[in-house]
Amino acid sequence: MANAFLANWRQNIIYIGFVVIFIVFALALNDKGFLNPNNLLNIVRQTAMIAVMAIAITFVLSAGEIDLSVGAVAGLTTVTVAMAIAVGGPLAGIAAGIATGLAVGMFNGWLTTRIGIPSFLTTLAMMGIAKGVAMWISATAAVPILSRNYSWVFGGGNIGPVPVLLLWMAILGCIGHVALRRSSFGRRVLATGGGETAARYSGIETGNIKFKVLVISSCAAALAGMLYAGRLQSGRFQLGEGDELSVIAAAVLGGTSLFGGKGTVIGTIVGALMIGLINNGLILLGLEFSQQLIARGGIIILAVALSQKRS
Amino acid sequence: MNATVAAVRMKGISKAFGGVRALDGVDFEVLPGEVHALLGGNGAGKSTILKVLNGVHHPDQGTIEVGGVPLTTHTPEASRAAGIAMNYQEMSLIPTLTVAQNVFLTRESRDGMGLIDDAAAERRAAEIFALLEVSVDPKAIVGDLGAGQKQLTEIAKAISQDAKVLILDEPSTALAVSDVERLFVFLRKLRAKGVAIIYVSHRMDEIARIADRATILRDGRHVITAPLSELPIDAMIEHIVGKRSKGLSDVERGKAVRGEVLLELDGVTGAHKPENVSLTLHRGEVLGLAGLLGSGRSSLARVVAGMEPATRGEIRIKGRPVTIRKPGDAIAAGIALVPEARATEGIIPAHSVASNMILAVIDRLSKAGLVDGKAANDLTDAQIKRLSVKTASRDHAVSTLSGGNQQKVVIGKWLATDPDILILDEPTAGIDIGSKSEIIRLVRELAASGKGIIMISSELSELLTACDRILVMSDGRVHQDLPREAFDDPAVPADDMAHRLQAAEQRLQIEIQRALKAQEVSHG
Repeated sequence: MANAFLANWRQNIIYIGFVVIFIVFALALNDKGFLNPNNLLNIVRQTAMIAVMAIAITFVLSAGEIDLSVGAVAGLTTVTVAMAIAVGGPLAGIAAGIATGLAVGMFNGWLTTRIGIPSFLTTLAMMGIAKGVAMWISATAAVPILSRNYSWVFGGGNIGPVPVLLLWMAILGCIGHVALRRSSFGRRVLATGGGETAARYSGIETGNIKFKVLVISSCAAALAGMLYAGRLQSGRFQLGEGDELSVIAAAVLGGTSLFGGKGTVIGTIVGALMIGLINNGLILLGLEFSQQLIARGGIIILAVALSQKRS
Repeated sequence: MNATVAAVRMKGISKAFGGVRALDGVDFEVLPGEVHALLGGNGAGKSTILKVLNGVHHPDQGTIEVGGVPLTTHTPEASRAAGIAMNYQEMSLIPTLTVAQNVFLTRESRDGMGLIDDAAAERRAAEIFALLEVSVDPKAIVGDLGAGQKQLTEIAKAISQDAKVLILDEPSTALAVSDVERLFVFLRKLRAKGVAIIYVSHRMDEIARIADRATILRDGRHVITAPLSELPIDAMIEHIVGKRSKGLSDVERGKAVRGEVLLELDGVTGAHKPENVSLTLHRGEVLGLAGLLGSGRSSLARVVAGMEPATRGEIRIKGRPVTIRKPGDAIAAGIALVPEARATEGIIPAHSVASNMILAVIDRLSKAGLVDGKAANDLTDAQIKRLSVKTASRDHAVSTLSGGNQQKVVIGKWLATDPDILILDEPTAGIDIGSKSEIIRLVRELAASGKGIIMISSELSELLTACDRILVMSDGRVHQDLPREAFDDPAVPADDMAHRLQAAEQRLQIEIQRALKAQEVSHG
């Protein structure tokens, strides 16, 4: 087992890299509290939303599509949820969040599979629309969330020492992993992205599959927005801004192909955690924001470069 | 002898791919001012020798002279510089550019500023089409054109290079009869100007009309070069077919036990092709579809399999009319298609053997939305064993398998759906000869086990070995429906299998050529 793992080291570079970076930070930042349980749990808290969206985008990428609108949809959802809670309480907020995700996802899916606009363009346009709507309905102001129950369930709470966010991430990760690896839907997703013509000849309705992964992705983005809103007890259009890049980076770092047919949810989660780990370590190292950006970009390039197969 | 310097002189050309000898010491000589036909069956080496001549392939052995000058560098650029131009069967056009932009791609006209001058290109392209007396709009986007117009663009591209040697590979497959006629008029003009023209076609009557001499290849070797006056059509066919049969003649054909009627087509017409096709397929029977490229065989298969739904006509399965609009409908009706393009339509190359095998039966193997891993593995192992697929394991990517074994995976995938009707479109294309007879044998076994099989193949010897009945198609229509015995020559002794197959192949070839003629008459 261990030998096979090392023999395929390129394939498993994300896990190796995660461990190596963790050890380096643990040694270098020992005196700055890197290994302090609170710090480690904070990494999880900061990563959870990215991870939730990245789990879903693993399906999108595996089906050979892309979703650039996730960050903006998360931001829009924080606003719709906060506004609904103010009017109708926490349950109305949850309903508003789910409705936002479904509406955006179905619109993305419809444009991509029925009208035939590539998902890259559909979701690029949706990124702007979602942000614009969020700014418009909130008049660019933060909307406070006063329901403590909502905040506890969606992002703020702890069960003993365990943050609720970690549970969300773990549960969705398990569901995502089983769905991609073992479910008939997951097989169809991978087949659609791996060879669309062969999949169609095999009786798979690939348009349907693409529609579904785009809906899943938007719903996950909406959930991430609900978590942002709960954690920060407010809805603001800026939340989630730019997350789409971290989300795609997490999935690709984890070993999911940008071109479809190949994906792993566990890799994606580790990829998301690795990005959080790097961010945290670089801050503790005392790097300036500009330096952090450069260092993070460099580490990601290195990891993906090492994972490339040489012919 | 040396009064004229040959336009092309290839001597002792050999070329192997992997272990397969595609060309074995072939000599090929073309004179200036002649139309020289290059003939041979599938796998005879025609494409390979042309690709050696135009620099795509590097010869392993042998020398090439163009106009008396040795060609030492083997690249497409070097060949073009030496005056060789070629059209491509598999369409070398860029669909998003205009006709004129395609014709002059990499040789664009420039204006005074050194910028590309599309207007000049359009004028020059229009001149070429005027010479050909055909109407193609130089400003049209190639992707919007029909097959015939694309082919004319392809030909214009080859002609525009003012080549000393012009290679036309199957130029007439998509052309209307009147356009072929105009092409011939033009080729005669070029010939008069001293251009050497190499003409590849499967249509013997065309060859007889346009060519001065012909060279015939078979199994990578040179068979004969002779003036057309010494090569009547049946002699050509005899040389093309030769004594090959390579292991196919020992495939046991057995007696077909015809069962109930499985599939009936009644006046089935597709968007393009097929045209008004009716046929009946019985249980236990292998039905062959013979015809040239573009004859509508594959379209017919795609219509029945739901990839391109029929626009008219009725499909009945076991007597009951069915509606087939998408592949899922066909699968539900018990129809499976092993498609022509294995790499894109048949398999997902990067996925494992197991993933590919279960692709069409995911639902059957799933409980509560989860794929039953054990059932999937059992099914895969059973198919690997049944078809003797050579793979390191069921978890290896299909791309690591040989062509023949990849094809077995596709067949296994479809057998897993337990179809009554199996359609195989060119199942042996790109497969080594050993695996070929294995697949033909498998087809016979499947028929014997009670399935109805439709097989499409351009290799006539395979059709004749595998099939109980053969339909000859041309231009989307069925021209003949003949039992296999009709191709047997009673003059050949029954125990001389190789010779019998050869004689049958000649007859089938003649039927295909006849169907082409019938097509021209009905159009004319």
